[in-house]
Amino acid sequence: MTSERAFTLDDTEVEFEPGDSLLTAALASDRYIPHLCAHPDFSPHGSCRVCLVEVDGHNRPACTTAAQPGMTIRSDIEPINVMRRQLLQLLFVEGNHFCPSCEQSGQCQLQATVYTVGMTDLHYPPLGPRRELDASHPDLLLDRDRCIGCELCVKASSEVDQKHIFSLGGRGTHTQLIVNSEHNQLGETDMTPDDRAAHICPVGVILFKTGNYAQPTGQRLYDQQPISAIGNHRAEDVDLPPTP
Amino acid sequence: MTTMWRNLPLPTHAPRRATDEAYLASVVSDLASVRPEQPWLLQALIRLQLELGWLSPQALDLLSKASGQSQGEIRGVIDFYGFLTTQPPKAYRLLLSNNLTDQWLGQGNNFDRLSSLNNLDLAYTSCTGLCDQGPAGLINGLPLTRLNDQRCQQVAETIQASVPVSDWPGEWFQVTETIQQSGPLLELRPKPGELLASCLAMGVEAFMAELKTSGLQGRGGAGFSTWKKWDSCRSETAPTKYLVCNADEGEPGTFKDRLLLAEYADLLIAGMTIGAWATGANQGFIYLRGEYLFLFSSLRAALKRHQTAGLLGQNILGVAGFDFDIDIHLGAGAYVCGEESALIESLESKRGIPRLRPPYPISRGYLNQPTLVNNVETFCAISHLVSGGAAAFKNLGHEGSAGTKLHSVSGDCAKPGIYECALGTPVSDLLTLAGAETAKAVQVGGPSGQLILAGDFDTRLSFTSLSSGGSIMVVGPQRDLFDLPANFGAFFAQESCGFCTPCRVGSQLISGALGRIKSGQGSGRDLETITELVQLNTYASHCGLGHTLGHPFQQLMALQPGAITGKLTADDGPRFSLQAATDEARELAGNRP
Repeated sequence: MTSERAFTLDDTEVEFEPGDSLLTAALASDRYIPHLCAHPDFSPHGSCRVCLVEVDGHNRPACTTAAQPGMTIRSDIEPINVMRRQLLQLLFVEGNHFCPSCEQSGQCQLQATVYTVGMTDLHYPPLGPRRELDASHPDLLLDRDRCIGCELCVKASSEVDQKHIFSLGGRGTHTQLIVNSEHNQLGETDMTPDDRAAHICPVGVILFKTGNYAQPTGQRLYDQQPISAIGNHRAEDVDLPPTP
Repeated sequence: MTTMWRNLPLPTHAPRRATDEAYLASVVSDLASVRPEQPWLLQALIRLQLELGWLSPQALDLLSKASGQSQGEIRGVIDFYGFLTTQPPKAYRLLLSNNLTDQWLGQGNNFDRLSSLNNLDLAYTSCTGLCDQGPAGLINGLPLTRLNDQRCQQVAETIQASVPVSDWPGEWFQVTETIQQSGPLLELRPKPGELLASCLAMGVEAFMAELKTSGLQGRGGAGFSTWKKWDSCRSETAPTKYLVCNADEGEPGTFKDRLLLAEYADLLIAGMTIGAWATGANQGFIYLRGEYLFLFSSLRAALKRHQTAGLLGQNILGVAGFDFDIDIHLGAGAYVCGEESALIESLESKRGIPRLRPPYPISRGYLNQPTLVNNVETFCAISHLVSGGAAAFKNLGHEGSAGTKLHSVSGDCAKPGIYECALGTPVSDLLTLAGAETAKAVQVGGPSGQLILAGDFDTRLSFTSLSSGGSIMVVGPQRDLFDLPANFGAFFAQESCGFCTPCRVGSQLISGALGRIKSGQGSGRDLETITELVQLNTYASHCGLGHTLGHPFQQLMALQPGAITGKLTADDGPRFSLQAATDEARELAGNRP
């Protein structure tokens, strides 16, 4: 018997609440759909496109598609996974994502998603970004070469921290993170390591200057379980600055 | 009544004032007071850019204080628009149109010739809408036409001699409007207020019935029923509704709105006012692309005439409560703002990122209020159908595509210019009129449109068989068909808004691969890359720009694959270029080849 508020996701029924997106409903039922820019605490964004699913034969991002009764959603199928791998490859070649030397390795949602979706190479020629590194803040570092433009830090800083520290600037491939201060420097702002914005980055743009290897790589969150099993946002909890 | 932007004088170029804080403070406070209840930042930025030649730190500081937005946010807006810059300017800034038709007329040589001038900021920009009189460019925001070898040499010498742009010969700036074939729309010369009065006499219900009967479809290319759009807007109950004319004519090869804005503003304003009357909109905007800055003054004068005659403003034609006025909003060099939700973002002084839909602008658009957006030509077509009646309008078309269509014809033809043809006219008829019988192909509707090879010239230009927003670029027998996807690929990479992954990164990789193939260094792997990423964009990108960016490649591949595969090298080895890999080192060492 089909519920009045349910859709089918890869042959299993998923119930939803009014106003749910496909992604919200799926995650609430512990059904994983790969995603990066979507976050339960913020309005859906729809930029990374990694949560692409097939909705009654059409491709749509699960995060911005409203759940409707009786929809047939296919997510874990090869044509969709092929496109997800391509999208992840595009994010990799656009930025500088060298996992072996990255402080975030093991707690990076991009890296963990890549493992889960099965992307094994860059496939496309790297574009070699040249974006400004910002080390002006005493506790935090901005490595813009890893930015995927999800705007989660923009939203967290304005909606939660009420500080409004970040914006996106530029156009096309020149899109990059801007600090809302006179000289575009994080050191000029009142950002602190316990701001929500300091923890929300799904990759490794906003980094702590010290203590990054307190927990060795190999023993970190996604080294232990795949992102499909524990979800995206546990990463925020482990991404805490060390106590002095 | 609120002052309107159009009432402000157009600024003159004066870089020396960019650091004069007292002067800037007075300008910013003037700008901020123009319409304080509406987002004004972008219009202020555009005016200051024109006034100063750049957006200096002092200007940013004052704008930030006046608008309450941080300097970072403001820089984010500036960076999005190609014509705005925070870099101190040189004496001249010349943006050369990079459209295919300009390139075919020798723009590449122009660029090379001018690139050594040290008092000139030189860059390419996307199509400037002057394809019938190219190669074209914008010098300090004003159009330069017919930049042939001789003219370009003169321009180079004039710049070298530091002659102010205001002293350059007037003919260099001359924009000619050439109507090669007119029809009922272009022959329409109603008396001021005549069409609106006849609508008022008819009554809204009867007018809407006429609109429905006429079968008018939006002239922007998508062909949405105008009656449906207007009817939806009518049924919206919000107290404030907006009506927007999309004059961001950015599709490369299109310049028919330029003619309408320059010489038929009365038809446009009448169509917009009729729209406001029929749908209950209270405020209108004309979103004028920054490339058409030179049309600002004449458009402003036309609005003023209507206001003086009681055809805009309050109690229009003496009808109590019929209040409607139109303001001009300038764009600043962003093709994507032609997409209606990006256009609305831009009206709101934001970066022009297309919105998530639904909600659609008709229910939640500008400032979250119902907003009706139509193309310049659609509003003019309203005037046309009101003048002659719905039945006559419908009879003009062909199989459900009603009325006439303006085509901007450029490229390899004897008679470039504007052609008004009944919808349903075969491509071949248009080419015969244009003196392009030997053409081997035409690109219809711009880069996101359709490539038609000579064998298919009997295809009719209509909404059902071959839809076009008005761009017809003729490809002569001497041309390499691969020029099309290569040029259009670079165009999309330049104009992607950068919001979604497939288009932001994919357009770069596609353009790079097309460039390698064009230069004879492309391999099967490049072909694979393009094919994959075009398909990915079709399925996964956020808006129409991404969905269509692969059309030029896909169509050529389907129609004449040899034009692509014939250029590939047999070598499928690593994509390594010694030249590219060592460019940076050579640049640092100061010995560019």
